[in-house]
Amino acid sequence: MRRGFWLWVAALAAYAFLYLPLLIVIIYSFNDSRLNAEWVGFTWHWYNVLLHDKDMLAAAGNSLLIALASSLIATLIGTMAGIAMYRYKMRVLTFMVMTPVAMPEILLGVSLLLFFIQVLNLTLGMLSIVLAHITFSIGFVAIVVRTSLAGLDESLFEAARDCGASPWETFRHITFPLILPSVIAGGLMAFTLSLDDFVITFFTAGVGVSTLPLRIYSMIKIAVTPEVNAVSTLLMLLTLTMIVLVSRIAPNVLRWRA
Amino acid sequence: MAQLEIRNVTRRFGDFVAVDNISLNIEAGEFFTLLGPSGCGKTTILRMIAGFDLPDAGQILLDGKDLADTPPEQRPVRTVFQSYALFPHMTVAQNIAFPLVMARLPQNEIRQRTQETLKHMRLADKADHYPRELSGGQQQRVALGRALISRPRLLLLDEPLAALDAKLREEMQIELINLQRDVGITFVFVTHAQDEALALSHHIAVMNRGRVEQVDEPSKLYGFPKSRFVADFIGHINMLDAQVLEAAHGHTRLNIHGLGEITAPPVAGVAVDGLTSGVGGVFAIRPEQVRIGIRGEVAELKNHFPGEVRNLLYCGDVTTYKVLLANGAMIEALLPNSAPGRAELFKVGDTVKVGWRHDAGVFLHE
Repeated sequence: MRRGFWLWVAALAAYAFLYLPLLIVIIYSFNDSRLNAEWVGFTWHWYNVLLHDKDMLAAAGNSLLIALASSLIATLIGTMAGIAMYRYKMRVLTFMVMTPVAMPEILLGVSLLLFFIQVLNLTLGMLSIVLAHITFSIGFVAIVVRTSLAGLDESLFEAARDCGASPWETFRHITFPLILPSVIAGGLMAFTLSLDDFVITFFTAGVGVSTLPLRIYSMIKIAVTPEVNAVSTLLMLLTLTMIVLVSRIAPNVLRWRA
Repeated sequence: MAQLEIRNVTRRFGDFVAVDNISLNIEAGEFFTLLGPSGCGKTTILRMIAGFDLPDAGQILLDGKDLADTPPEQRPVRTVFQSYALFPHMTVAQNIAFPLVMARLPQNEIRQRTQETLKHMRLADKADHYPRELSGGQQQRVALGRALISRPRLLLLDEPLAALDAKLREEMQIELINLQRDVGITFVFVTHAQDEALALSHHIAVMNRGRVEQVDEPSKLYGFPKSRFVADFIGHINMLDAQVLEAAHGHTRLNIHGLGEITAPPVAGVAVDGLTSGVGGVFAIRPEQVRIGIRGEVAELKNHFPGEVRNLLYCGDVTTYKVLLANGAMIEALLPNSAPGRAELFKVGDTVKVGWRHDAGVFLHE
């Protein structure tokens, strides 16, 4: 009894630590005050301000565009990488695909910056951000796809060949339909990662282009206004939707670390 | 000419020789079984016939044509996998129709032949179900239907009964026999279960460590094993250390170590002249060929020795007696319990006579 009770207290404390800050951000986005200090009253005002903030809207547009482009391309390449990792079972391959996932973001950001400027001689902007986001998203998609392949009966692919399907037909009729939920889930993960990314974007954005996380950061440098709370709340909502979608489409994906 | 000819095929995985210079001939329309313990190379042979694996040396010929350059999808060969490998995202009807769809047959022909196969496999009411909604036996019939619908020249079966429980397995054995007779297609069956092989096959190749020990009809394999491995692997058998005293045309005289002289049948498959006296080996005899008696009846047999009943296993239809012989060897005798009261004929500790006919058993030389 007693042990059960303290276990519950510990669990609740841990969850409070995780979710209370998020909850406060949400609550204060509805606060009818310029300051985040005390609760005055309920208002939609900050959402209205947000809607008329041209810079913020431009940043949000950029973020969505970058997330869409990078997640689509990362899904394509990541799926192929996942299949290759499953098929060829070479350690080197897995290592190469997974390294960007494990690499500290700051390192990846700096090295991409140097690579774009010094090697490719690229002007930093949308293209460089998209390329950077593709780089770190591929690994996530690849892992999700490989995990779902590893869960399939290997003889399914041989059975397809046995039934007269060429390697391409086997992929089209058997492999792809079976891994499709994981491909979509991987794509949604890549989309979310891109949308939320700050560090790597910060290094590869240059001066002209801003994304939502960059914009939020530049705003809180001056003062944390409830407008930041409002935009954070919306971002949170979008991310949450993505996570729910992923867990619905491919229930085993969120367990891939275990 | 045999329909399927395996010529000096070898397959290595690193240092391990999975298939070691094997040659086999499989005739059209027969039920052929590759039997052996796990790791003996039987599945590797099956995979090479299907085209999932290629020999390092040797040839596989189907109807006289070398299959080496034919990918699996173009071989007129179908496989029933151990796991059945049914496509989980397709219904039963879609699974069965898949080979015809891949062959790009006209829609109406696909529909008609799928219906026929569903009916033949007694799956008509399951057409729109998914594989996970079926029982093991039904999944098995889907796998068989999918494999047979395109009328292959050869059907390969990789331990298809291993996942079923004992009762269902017996039903499926009878179904397989009937199916094979119905469709007249050559079946190549892989199993490690010797009783299954004996019950189903026209011919059995017993394999051990990548080699074929013996190819024969089931009754010949059981009655006249040519090696200790085959004798031991198929059914139960008693083995007594023995030495040849005289190998004549009509019979062989053996000395059983520590017991004495017996008369045994001539050694099958080995040139009698090659077996000179003094050759060592074992005398092998099936438990059901061994008789036990207390008084006269066994003493009339040419070969008989005294012994003591040490164990008995009552199995309902039969009782197995383990009898200790004078040389310290234990011999098993299997007696039917068809007459009432027979089960209690002998008790543990009884002194009995053990004997067998002069034409029973085989001598297997080293």
